[in-house]
Amino acid sequence: MSSDRLRRISWWDVAIIAITLVVLLVAAGAVDNFGSSRNFGFLVLDLLPIALIALPMTFVVITGEIDLSVASTLGLTSAVLGSLWNQGLPMETIVPLCVLLGAVLGAVNGLFVTVFKLPSLAVTIGTLALFRGLAFVVLGDSAVADFPAAFTSWVTGGVGGGPIPNALVLLVVLAAVAGLVLHATPVGRAVFATGANEQAARFSGIRVDKLKFWLFVSSGAVAGLAGVLWTLRYSSARADNGVGLELAVVAAVLLGGVSIFGGKGALPGVLAGVVLLATLQNALRLEDVTNESLNIVTGVLLIVSVLLPNLGRSLRATLRRRRLRAARHT
Amino acid sequence: MSALKAPPAAAWWSSVVRAREAGIVLALVALVAYTAVSNPRFLSGQSVRDILLGTSILAVLAVGQAVVVITRNIDLSVGSVLGLSAFTVGSVVQDNPGLPVVVALLAGVGIGVVCGTLNALLVRYGQVPALVVTLGTLYAFRGVTYLTAGGQQITADELPRAFLGFADASVLGVPWLVVIAVAVTVAVGVLLRNYRLGRELYAMGSSPEAAALVGIKVGRNTLVAFAISGAAAGLAGVLFAVRFGTIDAAAGTGYELNVVAAAVVGGVAVFGGSGTVWGAALGALLLTVIGSSLTVLDIDQFWQQAIVGALILLAIAIDRLVALRTARALRKGGPHVQ
Repeated sequence: MSSDRLRRISWWDVAIIAITLVVLLVAAGAVDNFGSSRNFGFLVLDLLPIALIALPMTFVVITGEIDLSVASTLGLTSAVLGSLWNQGLPMETIVPLCVLLGAVLGAVNGLFVTVFKLPSLAVTIGTLALFRGLAFVVLGDSAVADFPAAFTSWVTGGVGGGPIPNALVLLVVLAAVAGLVLHATPVGRAVFATGANEQAARFSGIRVDKLKFWLFVSSGAVAGLAGVLWTLRYSSARADNGVGLELAVVAAVLLGGVSIFGGKGALPGVLAGVVLLATLQNALRLEDVTNESLNIVTGVLLIVSVLLPNLGRSLRATLRRRRLRAARHT
Repeated sequence: MSALKAPPAAAWWSSVVRAREAGIVLALVALVAYTAVSNPRFLSGQSVRDILLGTSILAVLAVGQAVVVITRNIDLSVGSVLGLSAFTVGSVVQDNPGLPVVVALLAGVGIGVVCGTLNALLVRYGQVPALVVTLGTLYAFRGVTYLTAGGQQITADELPRAFLGFADASVLGVPWLVVIAVAVTVAVGVLLRNYRLGRELYAMGSSPEAAALVGIKVGRNTLVAFAISGAAAGLAGVLFAVRFGTIDAAAGTGYELNVVAAAVVGGVAVFGGSGTVWGAALGALLLTVIGSSLTVLDIDQFWQQAIVGALILLAIAIDRLVALRTARALRKGGPHVQ
């Protein structure tokens, strides 16, 4: 049973990674300018916020919960960053404060889910509206843009001025930490156990509520960090920064093979999902397909990513039944 | 929790429901009274009319959403279906100025039914959760709208006067939009309350496994629920086109949030099996009234979304408390509830 499950996970993981590589290669070969280092930098910056938020989202979805408020957390931290900068606080103080704010917002979600036992889908739809609303209350429809160049150019620049983007290094480090925790520590095993069967996890001594609470806190903190990076990248703090980003994150996570029912998933697949979505968008945009029409690709990929494994499973089941029937007849 | 027929013995249950909706009505009355006292213009004909017209579109959407949510599903694609319907019907009317409004309305419903059916087929036969399917079609339908629109915009002066005039037309002083919204709410409300199909939808939401075991046609009913939600969204698209006159491919972007909010604030539980379309419609009215009150009270419009968010959290917390109390009462209750 568990080996069967393992096989299925790795099958989808391998498939999605292979598809991603193929798409990358085709894009590099067929799309002008896709392979240029300038475009590579854009690609990394485009996928950075989605990839960052997808890391804790993977944990959250594997435990069987969901966090739809992440994009609003990003927007609120961006608004607060702009407002604090306007009030003359130094950047060195503002940045940690913003990450902390994200963690606090995540804790609000965590409280509602673990203490009041409310469904995370409903709670985070509520905080999606609440946090975004507060972002507008903080900053209105104005924008703050005069951020110090030292910070904005760090986000858009490369390591030591080279071609490897700073953002990529940050992402790789955080992804490595998340991957290790999920796949090689007791915390990771507790995440899978909770998603597979919450009651069994409780009975086996896993503190499910505590786990979920801290997952929501880290989801918020990372969304806060993404808010800081987003603001600095575009050098623009606005209340509507990142609107709708939660859908892209959830799409990437599900495309990466994480089951929406919890208990299943792996981080390499999710990262491949993020890269696949970002590559498709980037390449098609270079081919002059409009951003909005790209929505069709995102939507169809999202559905297919869940539909395909399901169809495969029912096909296998049919084949097994047919084999059994054939065996009985001989 | 939801019997196939609504027996008189379930009076305690309907009283809970009534209490839930009474809460919204109370909040509404308090809000309207407070706003009207601080600015009497709030109750002027024009202001009330604006509120009712705004509510009618949101209410139609919320009623459709309630049906889907009651079956323990969700339809996040409604905003995109609204956009698709509004733009498609808008351009058809633009090309055929003689088209009667009724045909336009039916065309919108038709587009919605097709979209809803697609959602349902993926949910039922693809075994993909509704959240994922409708998140996907939220993107896909919107993308289709952008593709067909190609950056175009339909403006009011390109639409025939007969079409736009429908927004101002009224029967016995009640605008047609409001009449349509009320008719939809009543029709769906009666379907859910008094017909076998409606009771089956509640049963499916209370316990999908049990519903399948007692022989309820879960597949067909899922199809009907999503078709209703799609039809409502398609209809709302035409109402949107009539009311605003200016339509681009972005029409209705982000509406799904308000629609789900209206249903949840109206007492439709996100995990299915309880709530009514009356509640959802009242939720839509409350959200719209809050919006106008903020303007009248000279409070920054930016507060609206934050208030909507806080209301959602409040509503699900209250529902949770009520459910806990009901469960405790049931445990203490006599053998008839066993």
